[in-house]
Amino acid sequence: MSGLALVLALQVAAADVGALARGEQVYTRCAACHAIEVNRTGPLHCGLFGRRAGAAPGFDGYSAALSRSGLVWNERTLDRFLRAPMEVVPGTAMGYAGVKDDGERADLIAWLRAATAPGRCAAPPGTRNTS
Amino acid sequence: MNGQSVVLPVETLLPRRRALAGTGLVLSAAALAVLGGRDALAAGSSAGEADVRILNSALGAELEAIAAYQVGAESGLLTKEVLPLALAFQGHHKEHAEALAATVRKLGGQAVGPKARYAFPTDQLKNQADVLRFAAGLEKGAVSAYLGAVPLFADRALSQVAASILGDEAMHWAVLRHALGDAPVPAAFMS
Repeated sequence: MSGLALVLALQVAAADVGALARGEQVYTRCAACHAIEVNRTGPLHCGLFGRRAGAAPGFDGYSAALSRSGLVWNERTLDRFLRAPMEVVPGTAMGYAGVKDDGERADLIAWLRAATAPGRCAAPPGTRNTS
Repeated sequence: MNGQSVVLPVETLLPRRRALAGTGLVLSAAALAVLGGRDALAAGSSAGEADVRILNSALGAELEAIAAYQVGAESGLLTKEVLPLALAFQGHHKEHAEALAATVRKLGGQAVGPKARYAFPTDQLKNQADVLRFAAGLEKGAVSAYLGAVPLFADRALSQVAASILGDEAMHWAVLRHALGDAPVPAAFMS
């Protein structure tokens, strides 16, 4: 690796660390209802990426609207949903205006990707991804 | 206690709140329920149904908070100075839940009830500071949740109700942060 490539790689890594830290802070807004490893008022997030919406194991509080949405969670679908949940899935039980700032949303999704990855959190038995 | 001192001005805070209640500056749960959902046209409409869903989400979180404070109160980790404050905060959450449930019913909805069991990180609660930090996290989340709900209500009176509860949750969060030795109000804006 050349010196320039190394510098660029370090800059990217630093940016990633910053994004993850900011994303974790944004996630505290979700903490009234959500947690990574346990179902609360809202479903757990462990194993989120690749999971069909409305399919968190052991969670029985989904709206029919979300269960029928056909969404599979990835960066693109999360970006749409988290910006305006009640507009993207009318009838969702998630009564939240959304994370409107594009940068905050990107940081949150980046952190979710890392924090909910298989092996990074304890997914309860029955967790199943569709991807 | 993780080396952290807990400084809680319980003696001054509780009487002050009771004094405010006596002046009528604090709305009762019944008053909030009357205020919320007063728009009869909202009942049964799609907008009313959306309002009910938002209210029920908030109600679910309030019921969880009541259970969480109960865990804290029964943990044996809170000092006799702090326990009354935790119970007072739990009492506020009970009032919030009562008001939200009454409003849901008023709008023709079915109020959610408490879960049979809640998954709290009890194995991580080793001392009073742990309990207070856990409670502070819930309160901060509640502030954000109400902040995210306020602009969504079709019935603007419900936004007022949510904002009123938001203010209470923010006070809880600030007091808990102060007790933990953190800056009580860390920023000018909440998100």
